Amino acid sequence: MMRTASQTLFAAAVCVTLPVVASAQSWSDQPVKPAEHTDEVAVSYEDGGIYYNEDDIPTYNASEDGTVDWMTFSGFRRYHSECHVCHGPDGEGSTYAPKIKNSAVHMDYYDFYDVVVNGRQNGNSVMPHFGDNPNVMCYLNDIYVYLKARGMDAVPRGRPAKKEAKSDLIREMEDACMG
Amino acid sequence: MRSIKLLTSGLALCVATQAMANDDLVAKMDDPTQWAIQTGDYKNQRYSELDAINADNVADLQVAWTFSTGVLRGHEGSPLVVDDIMYVHTPFPNIVYALDLNDEGRIIWRYEPKQDPDVIPVMCCDTVNRGVAYGDGKIFLHQADTKVVALDAKTGETVWEAQNGDPSKGETNTATVLPVKDKIIVGISGGEFGVQGHVTAYDMATGEQLWRAYSVGPDDQIMFDPEKTTNLGEPVGADSSIKTWEGDQWMIGGGTTWGWYAADMEENLFYYGSGNPSTWNPAQRPGDNRWSMTIFARDIDTGEAKWVYQMTPHDEWDFDGVNEMILTEQEIDGQERKLLTHFDRNGLGYTLDRVSGELLVAEKYDPVVNWTTGVDMDPDSDTYGRPEVVAEYSTEQNGEDVNSTGICPAALGSKDQQPAAYSPKTELMYVPTNHVCMDYEPFRVSYTAGQPYVGATLAMYPAPDSHGGMGNFIAWDNLAGEIKWSLPEQFSVWSGALATAGDVVFYGTLEGYLKAVHAETGEELYKFKTPSGIIGNVMTYEHDGKQFIGILSGIGGWAGIGLAAGLTNPNDGLGAVGGYAALSDYTALGGQLTVFALPD
Repeated sequence: MMRTASQTLFAAAVCVTLPVVASAQSWSDQPVKPAEHTDEVAVSYEDGGIYYNEDDIPTYNASEDGTVDWMTFSGFRRYHSECHVCHGPDGEGSTYAPKIKNSAVHMDYYDFYDVVVNGRQNGNSVMPHFGDNPNVMCYLNDIYVYLKARGMDAVPRGRPAKKEAKSDLIREMEDACMG
Repeated sequence: MRSIKLLTSGLALCVATQAMANDDLVAKMDDPTQWAIQTGDYKNQRYSELDAINADNVADLQVAWTFSTGVLRGHEGSPLVVDDIMYVHTPFPNIVYALDLNDEGRIIWRYEPKQDPDVIPVMCCDTVNRGVAYGDGKIFLHQADTKVVALDAKTGETVWEAQNGDPSKGETNTATVLPVKDKIIVGISGGEFGVQGHVTAYDMATGEQLWRAYSVGPDDQIMFDPEKTTNLGEPVGADSSIKTWEGDQWMIGGGTTWGWYAADMEENLFYYGSGNPSTWNPAQRPGDNRWSMTIFARDIDTGEAKWVYQMTPHDEWDFDGVNEMILTEQEIDGQERKLLTHFDRNGLGYTLDRVSGELLVAEKYDPVVNWTTGVDMDPDSDTYGRPEVVAEYSTEQNGEDVNSTGICPAALGSKDQQPAAYSPKTELMYVPTNHVCMDYEPFRVSYTAGQPYVGATLAMYPAPDSHGGMGNFIAWDNLAGEIKWSLPEQFSVWSGALATAGDVVFYGTLEGYLKAVHAETGEELYKFKTPSGIIGNVMTYEHDGKQFIGILSGIGGWAGIGLAAGLTNPNDGLGAVGGYAALSDYTALGGQLTVFALPD
């Protein structure tokens, strides 16, 4: 638990200092070839129901029978509350916002984090800043792993059919964050 | 004596000018060669007496001329035509063009406001704008950032500006304004940001704020007289709004006002609807949440409410009540009555007496509507006027963190803002509709000013066990509460209709077709594919003795979210995923006006 909390803090600290290298919209609708990204999403270890890759970045865990980890399921819910009015159902994009399921694969975790926290703009295309919105910030890893799973075609469109139970660790972190 | 006389004549002059300002607009609305207001007239009938283009010859329609707006976002609303000038607006950044119809559409002036782009992401569902209004020689633009601007109609110079809301709190604007008497009356958007909705009147000549009436809150804020303001014929009593909210939740209670307004000059009333209560999670806001989801009749001069009717108490599905109010005079049981017809997002078509607020008809205008068994029409019943909610589809009764499935209609409603038309010749309403259902799972959210305050996950899909499409274009009998005919459409019909004395009804489709159908039968008479999907409203005017039909193309808005990649029914299993049509297979972004006419 301590370890996870410190990772989150670390991530938050890094995203403040990292310059935004990507130009806005450069990730839009870029197709994903899942085979080229399998290493990035491969589960290295699990801690309290949260899955990580070998670089300690959160990732999804989708079983062949359609069961997803709790974070991915939670990400599905939070995405469709906070993000889908611009980015469309299932991260598929809209007439005015990019196909974010692909962005989640192409973008570095910390860049993704930075754009959600601080927003960005390219002409009349504007991503708002969600840094002070607990409904997004407390579930940012959930949304990230859900979109990553969508971009990698690891989960189909729609509501995940089966999910792992919510762990005590996740519950504690959620309560602490939402206050 | 002399000075008093001068003062008196000055006052008289002032009154005369006000009356003239309105007479001028009323005369222009009555003149079918012009299209002087977005809604066609104060009654929102969207009906034109022009009949040069008619059921016999509409098949010969051709494109006369086109105009690119230069903006690639959702284009709602329509141009105006006033005194040989066409006024064309765009989505954000809300450019206005004045085109000289006497000089092949040459641009007389253009106006592009400077707006903070931070307003873009706090607008729910694209940066649409439903058009400018005209009155007293001025063009009124209500910008995305809620600044209201009056422009000289001839020169485009700014006459006055007023700031109606605060975008940093999520207050934005998408709607047109109502120019009536010596005022313009404006609404506000932001129901997904916990905005306390309101309507506000400004002096047409100066921009001075005259009154503001909220949808939810204490009696003085909502401008109710507990003794005189009525709900279904009975006085509402004191604190009629705040006693239906827990604590001070009404302060972030929603009830925004972004629809089409109507006015009855004889009764001195204007009519509009309020939107959803915030949040979308009903468990977080116990009570009826009055007066969200409500039809209001207010005095034009004072703002005071004469009567109200709440259609969806304690909303559990985001069924905003903002859709247009269509005013008609029709005979019921041998008696001519002044009526108001409203097609609500909740899937019910309501007909009321617009003087008294009496409820006459409440029937489903899409047969798949299933969240209610119907409205209690017994005046002696305790639940008079309330819809009976079906437990299976109640997101409140099913509770937080439970996914309620198969609810019809979806949150975007059996119809959204896209306005219907009415033909006095056929006494039918022509209604663009959505044929979409949803799963809805509410959960706890916390409020942050200027941040989305939603609290539900939605999945939307075409109505099951139907024709497979996501829309219908219907003809509705508002006295019987019955569908006369229904045309299935592959996508939601998100375009405002136009009915004409030529027995033709026009509407646009999301694929980009302008369609003309017969007013009696619905038979398709003409269609033409414009460059982009249509979410604008069809208008008509006459110039140099020739009738024209105009429509804005430019896919976007709510329709651009859900339909761009296609909608899927998660309950259909993996086999059906992706089986439904994606709008992106049919059309792409655009921003264009297409004007049609018959060949010479």
